[in-house]
Amino acid sequence: MTTAPTPLRVIKARRTYYENVVRTLKTAPISAWFGMIVILIYAIFAIFAPWLAPHDQSEIIGKAYQPAGEACWLGCDQIGRDMYSRLIYGARNTIGIALITTLISFMVGGSLGVLAALQRGWLDQGISRVVDAFLAIPVLIFALMMLAVVGKSIVNLVIILALLDSTRVFRLARAVALNSVVMDYVESAKLRGEKMSWIVFKEVVPNILPPLITEFGLRFCFVFLTIAALSFLGVGVQPPTADWGSMVADSKTLINFPVTTFPYIPAPFYPAGAIALLTVAVNFVVDWFLQRTSGLRDGE
Amino acid sequence: MANDTKRVKGDILLEIKGLKIDGKSDDQWKPIIKGIDLTLRRGEVLGLIGESGAGKSTLGLAAMAFARPGCRITAGTIVFDGMDLTAADEAQKRGLRGSRIAYVAQSAAASFNPAHRILEQTIETAITHNIMPREKAETDARDLYKRLQLPNPDTIGTRFPHQVSGGQLQRAMTAMSMSCRPDLIIFDEPTTALDVTTQVEVLAAMRNIVEQFNTAAIYITHDLAVVAQMAHRIMVLRYGNLVEEAPTREMLKQPTQDYTKSLWAVRKLEKPESPNSDIVLSINHVDASYGGKVKVLDDVSVQVPRGRTVAVVGESGSGKSTLARAITGLLPISAGDISFNGKKLSRALIDRDRDTLRRIQMIYQSADTALNPRQRVRDIIGRPLEFYLGLKGADRDRKVVSLLESIELDETYIDRFPSELSGGQKQRVSIARALAAEPELIICDEVTSALDQIVQEEILKLLMKLQKDTNVTYLFITHDIATVRAISDEIVVMHKGKVVQQGLKSKVLNPPYPAYTELLLSSVPEMDPDWLTNLLKKRAKA
Amino acid sequence: MNLVLKTVLQRLGLGLITLFAVSIIIFSSLQMLPGGYAQNILGQGATPETVKNFNHELGLDRPATVRYVEWIGNAVRGDFGNSYSGTTGTIKRSVSAIIGPRLFNTFFLASMAAIIAVPLSLALGLLAALYRNSWYDRIINSVTLTTIAMPEFFIAYILVFVFAVKLRWFSPLSTVGEHTPFLEHIYRAALPALTMTLVIVAHMMRMTRASVLNLLSSPYIEMAQLKGASKAYVILRHALPNAWAPIATVVAFNLAYLVVGVVVVEVVYVYPGIGQMMVDAVSSRDMPVVQACALIFAATYITLNLLADIISITTNPRLLHPK
Repeated sequence: MTTAPTPLRVIKARRTYYENVVRTLKTAPISAWFGMIVILIYAIFAIFAPWLAPHDQSEIIGKAYQPAGEACWLGCDQIGRDMYSRLIYGARNTIGIALITTLISFMVGGSLGVLAALQRGWLDQGISRVVDAFLAIPVLIFALMMLAVVGKSIVNLVIILALLDSTRVFRLARAVALNSVVMDYVESAKLRGEKMSWIVFKEVVPNILPPLITEFGLRFCFVFLTIAALSFLGVGVQPPTADWGSMVADSKTLINFPVTTFPYIPAPFYPAGAIALLTVAVNFVVDWFLQRTSGLRDGE
Repeated sequence: MANDTKRVKGDILLEIKGLKIDGKSDDQWKPIIKGIDLTLRRGEVLGLIGESGAGKSTLGLAAMAFARPGCRITAGTIVFDGMDLTAADEAQKRGLRGSRIAYVAQSAAASFNPAHRILEQTIETAITHNIMPREKAETDARDLYKRLQLPNPDTIGTRFPHQVSGGQLQRAMTAMSMSCRPDLIIFDEPTTALDVTTQVEVLAAMRNIVEQFNTAAIYITHDLAVVAQMAHRIMVLRYGNLVEEAPTREMLKQPTQDYTKSLWAVRKLEKPESPNSDIVLSINHVDASYGGKVKVLDDVSVQVPRGRTVAVVGESGSGKSTLARAITGLLPISAGDISFNGKKLSRALIDRDRDTLRRIQMIYQSADTALNPRQRVRDIIGRPLEFYLGLKGADRDRKVVSLLESIELDETYIDRFPSELSGGQKQRVSIARALAAEPELIICDEVTSALDQIVQEEILKLLMKLQKDTNVTYLFITHDIATVRAISDEIVVMHKGKVVQQGLKSKVLNPPYPAYTELLLSSVPEMDPDWLTNLLKKRAKA
Repeated sequence: MNLVLKTVLQRLGLGLITLFAVSIIIFSSLQMLPGGYAQNILGQGATPETVKNFNHELGLDRPATVRYVEWIGNAVRGDFGNSYSGTTGTIKRSVSAIIGPRLFNTFFLASMAAIIAVPLSLALGLLAALYRNSWYDRIINSVTLTTIAMPEFFIAYILVFVFAVKLRWFSPLSTVGEHTPFLEHIYRAALPALTMTLVIVAHMMRMTRASVLNLLSSPYIEMAQLKGASKAYVILRHALPNAWAPIATVVAFNLAYLVVGVVVVEVVYVYPGIGQMMVDAVSSRDMPVVQACALIFAATYITLNLLADIISITTNPRLLHPK
């Protein structure tokens, strides 16, 4: 082999990461753009809630069920708190709790899934059988049961849902990791004598990240909807913390009465609509991701 | 190809003029067929040959006025027996398909409906098109099975597709295409998925039946030697264009285009053998099995001389790839031993030290799966440099560039991802990754099988050049005899987990042969239009 | 032995093992509290004496294995013990007696939704697959994607608002009793059934479309087209015999989804089913009721998936006609 010193020139990457992102975004369909803008707006409201909301989430500013007007322009709830402010705080609380839950679920389920796929053998068998049993119980039902045992609190809610959801993440992470593990490039790394950590983080993880990110969006929606449902059922997020699911439940009687002031929409539809809009937005973005994830190419 | 004169007698059956077909990729229509004329007479067999992406399958289906989803015919006329198919409506086209123009697909296993019996599917067209009553169709199908030399022709039809072998299924599909006695049959790579010894039987059966019924056919393949046995006339396609068209014998004798010549490029390579008694790898009485049941390797002994190429050849299931796994330690052997440089290798990969691992490298059949799609060439080739030789930063990059030069790629490739490389370039990068470890032995597992002929030739030449430069040893696993001839010094023939024969190339490829070697070697199609005819005569005599 | 029978029996066995594992999980959920269930219910102020009495009264002081065997043995015979909320007095309310009529109501509601949703979504999904990329397909795709993303109670309240409050066709509350006549029951359960239909049709339709497309891309379908078969013939003769397994999977998956969705919908419409009962029991931490409900939900879920698998096995030609 030639060993003559070759002058080393700086060879630039053909396209920077930033350029790739811009190129990709340009090809996004309208639905995906709509989704991304909605998510961005929600994020702004969630992060800057204390500055954007006119009142605190537990501050009583008017009469019970006060109709919309100048003082509170979406009306007041059953004990006279400002609906609009609670809606904004709700973004922070509901999205925050769902996000933390999903993150924990991915850390636990994702790492166990990859580990099981790489190690196979008894470890894989053991975890997989336990997970199979958990998969046979619907999440909402199991969460209800566990909340009955350990009692209602946000921490309990997060832990229970994260653990339940991690069984679903485990299944997917294991499946995609298995697809990657059987590839010749992983065998090649083993033959080279690489350590397990290299194989996991340099060979397998970069390849399973795109499907896992897509799945993160879907799992987030699922967790978010489950938390909303549990709160709606009165066993999720507890007062006085503002939360969209419980806000729907608290104001549900208002649906039977006509609304005489602008914008003529019964109160439960604000928080319910807020939930629906976010999940629709995330789904639109995920749908676009799903359609283009097959390409791992640099740009084009 | 017995009767060349027949083709001039027939009337024109199919005439395609100025055909253009677009295919959709990434939401854009791109041309697949770029204006092709084709004429076929009654009883004539036309070979369509070309490499991947040539558009030959698309053209074959167009003869049935059929475009796959994502394809559309944009220009040209397709006239079949006086009827313009591009102007015909769906009902008219349906009336022709199956009854007057039939199709034989590459994968019979996937193209038979798993839910119905073979006989049922064989006679389906005859019955749905009201060509003959069921009883007559069934009797006829059994007769066709017999003519195609299927075992138990009277009862094989009652079986389901998954119950018979690939070669039998391919013949059953030929019977299916023949059931309405069509004027034209499209054969789309019908033997590509078969082992070479099975291929001979299927080819013979197909040619025989086409001749018996004087059916015209379009035979699509990438293998010139195969098409030479079947076709009266050959069209060479490339990138949707016609390269050359000539009667078979003429085409083989004096091709006018360089591209046509390149189609048998590998066959013209032949490395002179050179013996060497310095053994680098010695495999002694090795057994191996998956899950401890059936022995995949049974008492295998192979000696690999230093700086030479030993080709391991065999059909699917011969255990040749398992041998590679046993040497590398991926599949620990259950008996025998393997010595490298005179020292015994640990059976399991995990017990081998880094320097031993460095000395034995492996190159895979599919560079698509062997290169991590998320790593750039810099890291793919650079990792072994870093891992084994401790090179870092600029030193490492300098060495990567010099390795790129040795595989005839320039330094601009260093920042590419595998998806930005062609098939041949990917395989070159795989070679560079193996070379980076400065190994003594490289195991090449079918490294050229997934490549087009001309690329195969380049890769084989590159491997030989690198062997000259570095004195590296190759253990070359392949099913392709032409490749074996091209690069080996010694040959090991394997069959059902056993070594049938090992020796210098000149000895193995020349008589006297052990029985299996003879069967294997004689089954490899040659660039001679009379090869199949002669072989069948010879086998009939024996 | 017959291969199909063998595979079905294997699958049944696996289903039983799963059910057993699930029952253990459900039963042992009670043991998971660090301070014990009684301490949690009675609060920090409870004296050891009260805790002991409470535990004894509920039988919680006996070994868990003994109690499990008792519990599961009785459960198999339909006896889930007595509700905690009734045990303080002299009258004991048996869980089975409370569940019985409500279970009927829930299955009534779920069946109504299934009878509308299954054929509707199979038909819509098949059409979307056959006319892939047409305007119909695109519109259906966006609409279903939107519907899937919505929480059940949002859809429910929209229906209440439109059909009960504005149009006054139905009552916003679906109260039924043991003596409600059949037709009246259907009328009163119409809104909740419609809600659940909307929730699962979107899911089911998308899954149907995907699996039909997957099926239609098989080489043997192309082969049938190349043999000159008409579109209808290709679908009926070549696609359908291979479609039972994917269809069964889609239907079972969505019916299982429906079983869960019933909880929220029952609460919205105050429909007296076991979903609503379970939520009440969770609030009052009435564990025997909660566990009984969880077991029923899980058993339904497992049974549905088991049925789908058995249909797949019994229609698989490779198993029906082994080599």
